[in-house]
Amino acid sequence: MQLELRGITKRFPGVTANDNVNLTLKTGEVLCLIGENGAGKSTLMNVLYGMYKPDEGQIVLDGESVVFTSPADAIAAGIGMLHQHFMLVPVFTVAENVVLGVEPTGRLGSLDIDKAREMVREVSDRYNLNLDPDAIIEDLPVGVQQRVEIVKVLLRDAKVVVFDEPTAVLTPKEIIEFFEIVKTLIAAGRGVVFITHKLKEALNVADRIAVLRRGQVVGEVNPKAASESQIAEMMVGRPVQLIVDKKPHAPGEVVLEVKDLSVVDADGRTMVDHVSFNVRAGEVVGIAGVQGNGQTELVDALTGLRNSTRGSVALDRQDITSASPRVRHAKGIAHIPEDRQRQGLVGGLSVAENLVLTRYHDEEFSNGIIMDWPAAHHAAENLIAEYDVRTPSPDVEASTLSGGNQQKVIVARELSRPLRLSIAAQPTRGVDVGSIEYIHSRIIKERDTGTAVLIVSTELDEVMALSDRLLVMYRGKIVADLDPKVTSAMDVGLYMAGSRPSNTVNA
Amino acid sequence: MKIVVTLRKIAERIARTSSFRLTLLAVLSAMVVGAFIIVLSDINKLQNGDILGAIKTVGSAYWALVIGSVGSLRAISATINSATPLILCGVSVAVAFKAGLFNIGATGQMLAGGMAALWVGFAMDGPGFVQVPLAVLAGALGGAAYGAIPGILKARTGAHEVITTIMLNNMAGFLVLWLLKTNLYQREDRTDPISKLVTAPGHLPRLFGFMDNRPDLIAHAGFVVAILAVIVYSWFLNRSTTGFEFRAFGMNADAAQYAGMHTKRLTVMAMMFAGGFAGLAGSAEVLGTYGYASQNFAGNIGYDAIAIALLGRSTPLGTLFAALLFGALQAGGRQMQANTDVPIDLIVVLRALIVMFIAAPLLIKAIWRIKVEPTSLGQAFRGQGS
Repeated sequence: MQLELRGITKRFPGVTANDNVNLTLKTGEVLCLIGENGAGKSTLMNVLYGMYKPDEGQIVLDGESVVFTSPADAIAAGIGMLHQHFMLVPVFTVAENVVLGVEPTGRLGSLDIDKAREMVREVSDRYNLNLDPDAIIEDLPVGVQQRVEIVKVLLRDAKVVVFDEPTAVLTPKEIIEFFEIVKTLIAAGRGVVFITHKLKEALNVADRIAVLRRGQVVGEVNPKAASESQIAEMMVGRPVQLIVDKKPHAPGEVVLEVKDLSVVDADGRTMVDHVSFNVRAGEVVGIAGVQGNGQTELVDALTGLRNSTRGSVALDRQDITSASPRVRHAKGIAHIPEDRQRQGLVGGLSVAENLVLTRYHDEEFSNGIIMDWPAAHHAAENLIAEYDVRTPSPDVEASTLSGGNQQKVIVARELSRPLRLSIAAQPTRGVDVGSIEYIHSRIIKERDTGTAVLIVSTELDEVMALSDRLLVMYRGKIVADLDPKVTSAMDVGLYMAGSRPSNTVNA
Repeated sequence: MKIVVTLRKIAERIARTSSFRLTLLAVLSAMVVGAFIIVLSDINKLQNGDILGAIKTVGSAYWALVIGSVGSLRAISATINSATPLILCGVSVAVAFKAGLFNIGATGQMLAGGMAALWVGFAMDGPGFVQVPLAVLAGALGGAAYGAIPGILKARTGAHEVITTIMLNNMAGFLVLWLLKTNLYQREDRTDPISKLVTAPGHLPRLFGFMDNRPDLIAHAGFVVAILAVIVYSWFLNRSTTGFEFRAFGMNADAAQYAGMHTKRLTVMAMMFAGGFAGLAGSAEVLGTYGYASQNFAGNIGYDAIAIALLGRSTPLGTLFAALLFGALQAGGRQMQANTDVPIDLIVVLRALIVMFIAAPLLIKAIWRIKVEPTSLGQAFRGQGS
């Protein structure tokens, strides 16, 4: 099947989300759609999936123009879509989830679960997905849940499968497995559209890369002949610094001192296990590790959001082990939280209100009882300009901003005051290239003014690039203290997986 | 046909402009459905094929609603009188809503506040300018104290406020019954549970007291208290530091904690504020409307307030107007029952329909055929990176 988008234009009040977009997808190829936040990728896919009606242009399948008025039409025409957030019933089995909506029925309309199992097994074997039809969804890791979604799409006979940021929720190992699955799909003659903002992945998996900027396709590149910086420049519209540009660091006195710290989670499991380290002024210390190895709990304990069960935390030689988040904030600790939607922002409040979320009680913005909203508004306008937050006004709800701009709001709020220690967890998760560059440069700038910086990230490239010293966390323990300049990513990966490289004597 | 198109165009504009208009449409829809109910209830006329007569019944019933609520000074006074405790309890539920808490306990808090105000009301004997503010204040404090209980329970133990406030409503009811049988509260010459009378200077002054010959204008200064409460609520929400904390906490409790807000303290405070407003409603009823307390002086007001806060989207002005609407329906309903054969129970049905339509904005949009761009669907496909 050949899919063509011809001259698709979609306007929303005030913006043209897609401007005369032309794309072609042939059978058996991976087309990668790459672009910054707000470039129009999702709008385009919503048009393809029948959620939006394009203002102009047409969708052509095998030479015939089609009109989709709902996702049901798109599915019937052989287009399948995998959303970033899975649509699975957690307490159902794999087989039950897969047949939901297309249930095979026996006599009297009863559900033929054996047939459902058979269907799952058949697809699973054909595409090497390795799924147990009887497993309960909530017991499965995210990567496997994604495969269940893939089976759902395949069982509805999708000729074209659209993946929206499929790797955002996967571990490095699961990503590799995922790419294998994509190759199997291609080999079976399906077409794949792959939406991403990660350059490496695009180069890795795509047969062709279409770059979107401000609603337009600014070019198509051949991944075999293109470089990361070339694509990044097309996405952003100017040359982008992909390598973090930083001077050698000049570490000063110890600012953060963590001694023998242990933290348990809500279920009583030890998540941080006798951890000791310190961070000096003017130094970036990175903590690498696969998600779920205690990084979240460590950051919570350092920022006062969770109690530790033993050990101590000191800032500038003062004990802050049991200080509240407010006290730590007042002592000059900034916290960029790992989940901006859940913690970092209040989506329903305005951008201006979010920019003072952790500082509203400061003298600058309130006298303790009454808010000085004009002052907050004024400060917000300055921050929006300084940190290049793309927002129509400081008064719009923060939830309407794109991910990268939401993150900039948080970074602006947290770094725009005198600091002693800055703790950033996943500072660029789900953020586009242009914003990543900017956020990284801000963090390094903060370091150069003498702030101690702690970066926690599951993106190995990111911690390697930013850190002056790199710690690796595995099952709650710090298993390595490395110099990123002389350590290979491969070796760090081994530490992250719980083993250690044979030829080094680090620890 | 042309009218339909025009109506649709108007409706479309309404849908785009604001949720306020949507609320109006919900009220209109409820009236339409209510009209059918009136016709059906007038089954005799229908059986006789007297369609015109049935339609006339609808017309006169709704006309009586209007006349009975705003048609005369007396009607306006009745509306104000009915709306006063509804405004205060509406604000009570709304302020808790803003902090992410469901205050189902306005009834209990109203009873607690009313009993506190009542005590000042009969124990003192003037001067009025001291006694009345003191009694009103006692009402607010009594309600706040009673509201603090579910707040503390939630902050300390995580007990859900919906459960605890409902239970506390029952307990307050029996507490009042017991109090009304004690020597402290029970009227000297009575054996049934009825309280002593508020002394003459302790009454909330009548709003139309300056009109000598109109004792039927029963609205009292409790309405002024209610309007002040709305102003205070508005100021609190938008100008105060704690109001900002309430809003942040209500919309995203995790972010509030991250931002260093004392979320447990906020929980207790929100329930206390809610209780305080409900307590004011209790004092308004006791000091203004009745002048004494019987077992069930809170009636259904605390529960109606939930619908009012919902209807008004918990905003200060929205809550005020929603309470005025409910008050008007209440006052007009009495007139309707008197003038026509339509029972006042229709008012309960109308209110329920309004709330139902408000709770189902998509239904409203479907009924009025308002086409909307499915922007909300975009949420499902909002990419992290795009």
